[in-house]
Amino acid sequence: MLRGLTVLLGCQLVGEVLVRLTALPVPGPVVGMVLLFGFLQLRRTPPDDPASGTLPSASGTLRAADVLLKHLQLFFVPAGVGVVVYLGVLRDDALPIAVALAGSWLAGLLVVGWTVALLGRRAASDDAPGSVS
Amino acid sequence: MSEWRELVSSPLLMLLVTLLGYQLGLQLRDRTGGHPVAQPVLVAIVVTVLFLTIADVDYAVYADGARLISFWLGPATVALAVPLHRQVRRLRGVVGPMLVAVPLGAVVSIVSAHGLVRLLGGGEELALTLAPKAATTPVSIALSEQVGGIPALTAVVTVVAGVLGAVAGPTVLTLARVRDRRARGLAMGASSHGIGTSRALHEDETEGAFSGLSMGLTALATSLLLPLVLWLL
Repeated sequence: MLRGLTVLLGCQLVGEVLVRLTALPVPGPVVGMVLLFGFLQLRRTPPDDPASGTLPSASGTLRAADVLLKHLQLFFVPAGVGVVVYLGVLRDDALPIAVALAGSWLAGLLVVGWTVALLGRRAASDDAPGSVS
Repeated sequence: MSEWRELVSSPLLMLLVTLLGYQLGLQLRDRTGGHPVAQPVLVAIVVTVLFLTIADVDYAVYADGARLISFWLGPATVALAVPLHRQVRRLRGVVGPMLVAVPLGAVVSIVSAHGLVRLLGGGEELALTLAPKAATTPVSIALSEQVGGIPALTAVVTVVAGVLGAVAGPTVLTLARVRDRRARGLAMGASSHGIGTSRALHEDETEGAFSGLSMGLTALATSLLLPLVLWLL
């Protein structure tokens, strides 16, 4: 677990370093995610089986990741609480904010969902993906 | 008296209130059998806002104390590689559609947010504040600053977009007849970043993995396309 957290923080640090070196317009943690994905793929970490580790360092990473992701929502709370500062603005511009937020959210969701479903059906009709029954 | 004041605005109490609010949210979710509105993040925000208002604590004081929590957003984002690693076989056949859909979704999110604010009488600063809201918080905040929005308000609307996805995303996708787990996940991550991903992970591992992937790609696409789209508008 502790080793797993160290791996996650290490990937984030390398991500931050790469972002600074290359002036990539992406946040360090997203680059860290790509790096960790590559690392897990290269080591052929058994995906389903974090407990019985033949590769102790990688299985610890999986466990640490599972713990953090279980509580992913928690880490957004401090940013969301910032709403207290803007209650006045939100009241004054309630209509444009509410409609733009909901409308734009809905448009983004549907465009991506429909585009993938439409193009994916054509591209991979032989592959049987899991779907909602 | 002031020693009590100090305790009320101490990081200890800020963390405790946030964690208690979040755990109340978890309990509500379990008790209601996973009711979509019972999102732990939403309950935690409401509880914490009530506390700050009643105890008369400034947001700046709270944010400083709660940094111990927001810090973990970074490592948790890195951790999204793990569900993706578990689902890598499912990537076959969806890479092409994904690379079309995600940038398209980013452009639609930017243009519709900016356009709707202006259409309904909001100012340019407000439009720029909402434009990057589909990207995950650290990115949307940085972009808002870069293009001339109000970064802290961008953080709030980004979280609200996430909560919207966590509450209503799966239902809307089902109504829209999007059934492929991968398409559903990609749509959630593209419009509701990490908070939507958390709900998607709760629904299904494949949806969660693709939502996490989509969140990363959307952050990248929004960063690259926002200046370009705003320049064209």
